[in-house]
Amino acid sequence: MLTVLIFLPVLGAVIVALIDRSRDPLLRWIGLGASLSSFVASLLTFALFVPGESRMQFVERAAWVPSLGISYQLGIDGISLPLVMLTTVMMPLALLSSWSSVTERVKEFTISLLLLEAGLLGTFLSVDLVLFYVFWEAVLIPMYFVIGLWGGPRRTYAAIKFILYTMAGSALMLVAIIALYLQGGAQLGIRTFDLLRLREVAVPMPLEAWLFGAFALAFAIKVPVWPLHTWLPDAHVEAPTAGSVILAAVLLKMGTYGFLRFLLPLFPQATVQFAPVLSVLAIVGIIYGGIVSWAQRDVKRLVAMSSVSHLGFVTLGAFALTVEGLQGSLLQMVNHGISTGGLFLLVGILYDRTHSRLLDDYGGVAALMPRFAAVALIIVLSSMALPGTNGFIGELLILVGTFRRVPAYAAAAIGGVVLSAIYLLWMYQRVMQGPVRVKAPAAMVEVTRRELVTLVPLIILIFTIGLYPNFLLSRSEASVRALLRHVSVRTAVQSPMPPQKFAARIPPGPRHPTHQSRR
Amino acid sequence: MPGSVSGLIVLFPLAGWLINGLAGGRLPARAAAMIGSASVGLAFVVSVVSILDPRVWQDGITTRLFTWIDAGEFTVEASLLMDPLSALMALLVSGVSFLIHVYSAGYMAGDPAQSRYFAYLNLFVASMLLLVLAGNLVVMFVGWELVGLCSYLLIGFWFERERAANAGRKAFVVNRIGDAGFLLGILLLAVTVNSLDFVNLSASAESIAVPVATAATLLLFVGATGKSAQLPLYVWLPDAMEGPTPVSALIHAATMVTAGVYMIARLQALFFRAEVTLSVIAAVGALTAFFAATVALVEHDLKRVLAYSTISQLGYMFLAMGVAAAPVGMFHLTTHAFFKALLFLAAGSVMHAMHDVIDMRRLGGLARPMRWTALGFLIGAAALAGFPLTSGFFSKDLILERAFAHAEGGLTLLLWIAGVLTAFVTALYITRAAILTFAPPPSHQDHPHEAPPTMTWPMAALAALALGGGILGAQAAGAPLLHALDAFFHVEESGAAKSVPALALTIVSATAALLGILAGFGLYRGRRDVSLGALGNLFRRQWFVEDLYEVVIVEPSKRLAHFLAGTVDLQIIDGTVNGVAAGFKRSSAALRRVQTGYVRNYAAVVLAGTVLLLGYWLTR
Repeated sequence: MLTVLIFLPVLGAVIVALIDRSRDPLLRWIGLGASLSSFVASLLTFALFVPGESRMQFVERAAWVPSLGISYQLGIDGISLPLVMLTTVMMPLALLSSWSSVTERVKEFTISLLLLEAGLLGTFLSVDLVLFYVFWEAVLIPMYFVIGLWGGPRRTYAAIKFILYTMAGSALMLVAIIALYLQGGAQLGIRTFDLLRLREVAVPMPLEAWLFGAFALAFAIKVPVWPLHTWLPDAHVEAPTAGSVILAAVLLKMGTYGFLRFLLPLFPQATVQFAPVLSVLAIVGIIYGGIVSWAQRDVKRLVAMSSVSHLGFVTLGAFALTVEGLQGSLLQMVNHGISTGGLFLLVGILYDRTHSRLLDDYGGVAALMPRFAAVALIIVLSSMALPGTNGFIGELLILVGTFRRVPAYAAAAIGGVVLSAIYLLWMYQRVMQGPVRVKAPAAMVEVTRRELVTLVPLIILIFTIGLYPNFLLSRSEASVRALLRHVSVRTAVQSPMPPQKFAARIPPGPRHPTHQSRR
Repeated sequence: MPGSVSGLIVLFPLAGWLINGLAGGRLPARAAAMIGSASVGLAFVVSVVSILDPRVWQDGITTRLFTWIDAGEFTVEASLLMDPLSALMALLVSGVSFLIHVYSAGYMAGDPAQSRYFAYLNLFVASMLLLVLAGNLVVMFVGWELVGLCSYLLIGFWFERERAANAGRKAFVVNRIGDAGFLLGILLLAVTVNSLDFVNLSASAESIAVPVATAATLLLFVGATGKSAQLPLYVWLPDAMEGPTPVSALIHAATMVTAGVYMIARLQALFFRAEVTLSVIAAVGALTAFFAATVALVEHDLKRVLAYSTISQLGYMFLAMGVAAAPVGMFHLTTHAFFKALLFLAAGSVMHAMHDVIDMRRLGGLARPMRWTALGFLIGAAALAGFPLTSGFFSKDLILERAFAHAEGGLTLLLWIAGVLTAFVTALYITRAAILTFAPPPSHQDHPHEAPPTMTWPMAALAALALGGGILGAQAAGAPLLHALDAFFHVEESGAAKSVPALALTIVSATAALLGILAGFGLYRGRRDVSLGALGNLFRRQWFVEDLYEVVIVEPSKRLAHFLAGTVDLQIIDGTVNGVAAGFKRSSAALRRVQTGYVRNYAAVVLAGTVLLLGYWLTR
């Protein structure tokens, strides 16, 4: 099942490669069809997924390099399921969004995106560390081409910066993987890269901290955690719309997914030890990203910097090490994909009409494109985490989970809630409201049917998750609880902190059991 | 079944929003107005029906719709609560909203974006009803932020105007600052008390530690100062007058801005645990009441006069909450909704007739051509001024009485003194506004016309309520509303606080009101511009509050943003990154030929190094 999921896009890429490049519409349709078939497969997985089960499901396993203990091993649990769904939902939309904006080398573009999808799905589904690493690095190559070939004027600089920066981080991770493998071989008596086996390995402390550091660096660059973020605005500004959408919606989640999938289970002691460091960096990112977004004049840079702020929330939730925090973090990964992916789609739609990304070149668009303005408003509000939209649930859970751990962190992070309103409404006003300032109002035709098709699924998801998030939360809760149990057993401290820390200060009296705390 | 009834109250306007929002553009303009008004009218009818259920008056009816959020220990039910307090608010919100929807049909006739207008207005009513019917703090927060959204959308309804767009954004951002406090308060309660359900919170309030209760209530009150435009977060409300006038009447006078007061009433038991918070609320309320009244005295824009007046009257309500007189505060909330909505609608009628002129220096003499509007304004003004036997007289008098009763001499008596002074200034500024707008000489060239019946009838209904609403709390009439609220809040007779010279106090406050009206006539009769000297300057600059914010907050944060985005981000952080890269380039001068610039070569090197390391470890 999972193999099918990964290889449907590859199959599509092969078919596209075999077709003559002149048959343009056919190429696009096959690309879309391949990504849609992968989506259908993921829906099936979602439907068959057993919600209360914390372990890996749909496990597939085949020896790959038996002598080294490398295996082709796939599996899906509550932590990877949301991200797999996010990938399969966003990819068809990204492909569709490029139909009018990418007109040259359509064949190569379609192949790149399909291989990118396969790489991303592989990253989220791998249970073997070597396999994971292969997919992790494989993602870079098509993304490098997408930015470097179909990008803006400074695309070469941006693409090289993107690939060198992220490779620098992952090279160390590979070293750490091998070190862990050797440790595991010594302790377990068998040589394996199997994540499920390796997480039983208790790495002695100074080494664990070093390995944690190597993994964390690779993931933190990808997220990106402040101050490792400067490759992101450049990559976003230069990337074509579809590239930006996938980069923001899915690629960055590889880092935050890595936190939950590898850092927490493999290095629990170091995680607990360094959680304050990462939490503080996350908070700095939330505030810093918010303030810097406000000062941007380029819409794409603005949205890119807002990602730094939003992913700060995701990181904060992950290192809160509470069920609410992790659940919120996981949900917010999906939410950020939807809202920021949506924002980049919106920018792309505008760019197709004006060929400008500068706020100064816009104004009064709502008067010319009222339907577009309404859709844009909903996505902006989702990004602002307005109640009723998906973003609210994610941020609320992260804040509750963080508050349980360290109230001061939550208090500091809540500044991001105010900042997001400041820079997003500022952006919305500059683009949409005021007198018409666009240079060629005639070019501002109302959003087309195809463009609407890329946006409407996101709108539906925004409200569905906002009003009934449990369809996602209930599927990830068991895995999240199991993960935290693993961390607390391995660190053997009282973790996650019981909710009674504050209650301890309450003078003894009848504590009222409530339906809110009991199920 | 009765459970789903409270759901229906929210659902009808929500349906109106959906219909107008999705199909509105294709419907005729009249249809948008009809759908909008009818959906709110239905909500009112259901509200009336629902209070016939006796259980509402006993323990209240809780409706659990579904489990909304469920993660770890944190569970939030989508639940609604219908009890006397929320019933009063639901009736008030849906009733006044209905009248204003009808009025809007006349006022907005001819606007090309009517369906958008009614869609927003319906969404507002649905959100506000959700806020008042919420069964727990998180659901209330949903309504709380959604009404803020609607306020933003409606203030900026004519978004082509930069001022309107700015005002809407300012309203949202300032409210978000308050909301951040509100949210932090919710987090604190969620983690410490483990329940956000109103019924549970009230029941378990006694067991909540005082420091926790104090911190939580102070944080929640920060939210209230934003939503209800109190010091220091009032700054968005005067600017909010950029929106259509019926919006000002509905959202920025009668309903949304009272949400902060309602929230405190809703969590009465929790606030009672926190003496400190109550004192802060009373002080902020009294100070805001006086401050805003003085600014209203010098404003030239009629709508801004009414906006400051609203801020001031909300201050009275918070004063009542702070002196632990929630029933009285809710009573004033009710009468204020009537008379302030009426005043705004009359002002809207003036704008309608005068082609959007609202500067009182360009108005005057409108009493003759606009008899009904003038009469409506006069009734509203009398109630606001606290003219004896109008609705505002009863409610304001009771607040002052309770403030006096609460005082233990010394500083606490200042609350009462501020209240009486404010009563005087209130009567003065509204008399000024009435004279400048309606008394001769006329300063208009064209021929203003009376508003159409769709606009005058809602005004007439509100005028009747503004005049007669006092019987809800008048002792002579049995004070039905106060009795119901007293029972709900478990307090003794609000109407007749013991050990106070009630009659003497009433005489004092009535005298203050009458003196204010007389002073208004003396000062402004026949004169348009009256300088109040240095004091007038202070008032005109709003006591320099906005200037202070500009210098201390807005400008520095803009500079900080540009400093971070330019110097720190591009030069320091990114400069370091590129510097590291450049450093590698220089130090590898010896290996220059490797530096081909082709990524494939770099990739090959990385791969080779990896293989070497791997080989080393395996063969070691």
